[in-house]
Amino acid sequence: MSGTFIGMPAFSPPTLPAFSPPTLPAFPTAAKEAVRNPTLRRNLRYATHTIRAKRAAAVSELDDWAALREAGRQIKDHTLRHLDRYLLQLEESVTAAGGVVHWAADADEANRIVTGLVKATGESEVVKVKSMATQEIGLNEALAAEGIHAYETDLAELIVQLGRDRPSHILVPAIHRNRGEIRDIFTHEMSEWGRPAPEGLSDTPAELAEAARLHLREKFLRAKVGISGANFMVAETGTLAVFESEGNGRMCLTLPETLISVVGIEKLVPTWRDLEVFLQTLPRSSTAERMNPYTSMWTGTTDDDGPRTFHLVLLDNGRTDTLADRVGRQALRCIRCSACLNVCPVYERAGGHAYGSVYPGPIGAILSPQLRGTASDIDASLPYASSLCGACYEVCPVAIDIPEVLVHLRERVVEGGPAVRQGAKVTLRPARGHAAERAAMRAARWTFRHPGALRAGQRLASGTRRLVPRTLPGPGRAWSATRDLPKLPPEPFREWWRRTHRPGGQAPADRQEDQR
Amino acid sequence: MRVALFLTCVNDTLYPDTGRAVVKLLTRLGVEVDFPMAQTCCGQAHYNTGYRHQAEPLARHFSDVFKDYEAIVTPSGSCAAMVRELYPRLGDRARAEGRGTALAEQLAPIVPRTHELTEFLVDVLGVTDVGAYFPHTVTYHPTCHGLRALGLGDRPRRLLSAVRGLDLVELPGAEECCGFGGTFAVKNSDVSAAMGTDKVRNAESTGAEVLCAADNSCLMHIGGTMARLRTTVRPVHIAEILASTEEEPLT
Amino acid sequence: MSSRDVILGRVRRALADVPDDDTPYEVAVQRGYRRAHGERSIGETVDLLAENLADYRALVHRTDAARLPGLLARLLAGRGARSVLVPPGLPADWLAGELPTRVADDAELTPHQLDRVDSVITGCAVAIAETGTIVLDAGPDQGRRRITLVPDHHICVVRVPGQVVSSVPEALGRLDPARPLTWISGPSATSDIELDRVEGVHGPRTLEVVLTSED
Repeated sequence: MSGTFIGMPAFSPPTLPAFSPPTLPAFPTAAKEAVRNPTLRRNLRYATHTIRAKRAAAVSELDDWAALREAGRQIKDHTLRHLDRYLLQLEESVTAAGGVVHWAADADEANRIVTGLVKATGESEVVKVKSMATQEIGLNEALAAEGIHAYETDLAELIVQLGRDRPSHILVPAIHRNRGEIRDIFTHEMSEWGRPAPEGLSDTPAELAEAARLHLREKFLRAKVGISGANFMVAETGTLAVFESEGNGRMCLTLPETLISVVGIEKLVPTWRDLEVFLQTLPRSSTAERMNPYTSMWTGTTDDDGPRTFHLVLLDNGRTDTLADRVGRQALRCIRCSACLNVCPVYERAGGHAYGSVYPGPIGAILSPQLRGTASDIDASLPYASSLCGACYEVCPVAIDIPEVLVHLRERVVEGGPAVRQGAKVTLRPARGHAAERAAMRAARWTFRHPGALRAGQRLASGTRRLVPRTLPGPGRAWSATRDLPKLPPEPFREWWRRTHRPGGQAPADRQEDQR
Repeated sequence: MRVALFLTCVNDTLYPDTGRAVVKLLTRLGVEVDFPMAQTCCGQAHYNTGYRHQAEPLARHFSDVFKDYEAIVTPSGSCAAMVRELYPRLGDRARAEGRGTALAEQLAPIVPRTHELTEFLVDVLGVTDVGAYFPHTVTYHPTCHGLRALGLGDRPRRLLSAVRGLDLVELPGAEECCGFGGTFAVKNSDVSAAMGTDKVRNAESTGAEVLCAADNSCLMHIGGTMARLRTTVRPVHIAEILASTEEEPLT
Repeated sequence: MSSRDVILGRVRRALADVPDDDTPYEVAVQRGYRRAHGERSIGETVDLLAENLADYRALVHRTDAARLPGLLARLLAGRGARSVLVPPGLPADWLAGELPTRVADDAELTPHQLDRVDSVITGCAVAIAETGTIVLDAGPDQGRRRITLVPDHHICVVRVPGQVVSSVPEALGRLDPARPLTWISGPSATSDIELDRVEGVHGPRTLEVVLTSED
């Protein structure tokens, strides 16, 4: 099959409803399926292990990595501390450079603004650079509802869109697909809405990339409207930056007449110079390269070069609520590198879809429950989707202590308490389904405050240990379904110590106990 | 030197052999060991499950029990990390919540005096050869808290390498979590079990007879998985290997 | 109330717990990292640039002013280019060799016409040795951004050592943020299939970098 496909596609690009928390199962339920899917497990294991090793090598080239990481943390913290001031400065510099700045308090407002801007151009199709923010707000679906076709142009996003699938990774949204699956998707779906895949397409990555090049080129060349996000915005100069690899970003940022960028308000840095930190840490953390193939930086509009009209839509959508949480706000430092996903043993086995959000993995487990709240089953379960192993914190290039925030959010789930939702102070009720656990924790606390009671319990257990089964009924089955229980010893340590060390030097502690 | 053994609630109840091994080992090295009978739990499970406020009285209790000792030694990386990394955080959070500095002040003195066993041996006692004998092939799993929270580094390996008769083999994917994670093992049992199975398969691939770690919580999960998978590798706490001698070998 | 006011109000309320902080920006961020990594002579810096460019699959050539026109002509001929796009300010003496049909960087040129051009020759604004990066700033010898994007073959001439810096921090200091900037490190690539890097997607699939010495 050859020849360029001309004209409008007969079919709209496929769209899926954005992740809708109320309809999604809790993390453990979703993860169970992934764990039992051998193809998915193999795909994820191969991909994450490959990138882990590469990242480690790329990072080890810089002997000042720790200082870069610390500077990145400080730049982001300082910006967040003065976010109002820097947002106003950004608005001023973007406007002075010929851009138009819009503010969107939530997803609906952002979608309305963008849809209105596209309609005003009279166009009914747009090309998109991969953008987490536009996925987060479900922009493609909002555009489709207004008859506007949004074409994803990043290779992985294309795979996801053609496969009527959902993204499962921040950097590589189709990480759950192997080359054979991608070949099948291209072969069956490309012809539906553009240039078909070449006849006899093989599954070599080079051929698959070539098929995407041919398929998308016609869309780039005729596009009048481009939609992007941005990795960074510089308050001082009004500059936006997009880091990418394929050149689809450059296509969308330079060929169309109108460019609309939807960017979270936390993507700000104060000065031009600050980019020197992130230009070093982002590529090495993300694609594990010294530098990604292409980075585009633009400041407003330039005469006779690139789009004549530039709109910047600044997005809140839960970010200020996150900012209001003194422990959780550090999540806003995130530069979306995805290093935490690639090292996470839970992500590797559960896959990205189980997180029920465009932000999967460890960072998603702390971002989603903050951006969306903890009301749904999925959002209330995400803080527990971690063994707290700390690998994510270790690789984070802006030093987000993800385990700390996870534990903090667990507290919010089980205890409730004050929080901010949509800008308003609210008092959250403790989540349902934790009553038994709460009672057990209280009982354990009481026992542990009363060593005599602990000892009595231990003696009782040891005395009846032959009656203790190796598997458990009820909630305990979650343990004993795959693991034997340890055998109870004939006597706990403290009994042995009491027998063998009395009346030794430990009297003060004993007296303390006996007085209680 | 007189130190307090903080055995931890899990070891006290389920793994008394580890406690006896620590006593034997430290006594052999000339350390006077005390076991304050009022000790219970550091509060880690409460804290990590989201019950920080319930962990606070346990932390205060810990401080009451151990405050008069110049050193507190524990054969558990995760409980040592609870005291060293998270007790200061308990104090900070209480202060941030407008509850004053009392908690922070009460907990501060015990934090630097709390040592994980291998840390205590290498850094405080300054020994790596503890005179142990253990004629077996051993692979070492550095637990997450030991590795990343405490930064134990190569201390456990140096101790194991000095054990006579012991053949130490590298564990593939050693730095990856075993999947225990406290209540994670129950709340996300499928993922936890998958991680545990991979850890056991990696241990099997080394041909070692023994998988050794410095934390019985992880070993309970790994060992439980091993038993279910009917593997020949057995889990042993590092204290029991270091306590083992030619005269009194670990059986 | 406008959404602008809503968001700014939310930000201010969200930070109510944070003590006032008047630390100036210059003091708030400690820049303990290096300006450049390692000690190198100028010659070694240029060598590192060549090595890192090649590591990411750019084709690297070294020449001098006298031999540059001949080299450019040979590269185009070797590729079989029938047309070459030339930005308006490219030094005329670079083009002294025998070249295919020259296409001017004309505002009227549509993307489809641009797509039919085989090759493009440009200069650059700066090149970074540590990362193997060339940066274009749409200067007269580089032209508009799209001309180095749509044609499948890009030849970029770097004057060495004048345009070469060691590191990213040094490069930023030389660049004007008001200009549209394109940072290029090797040809277009993707890691989207099984996280394996494959060269050649939408941008030029062949990037040739000519390091031409100034003396």
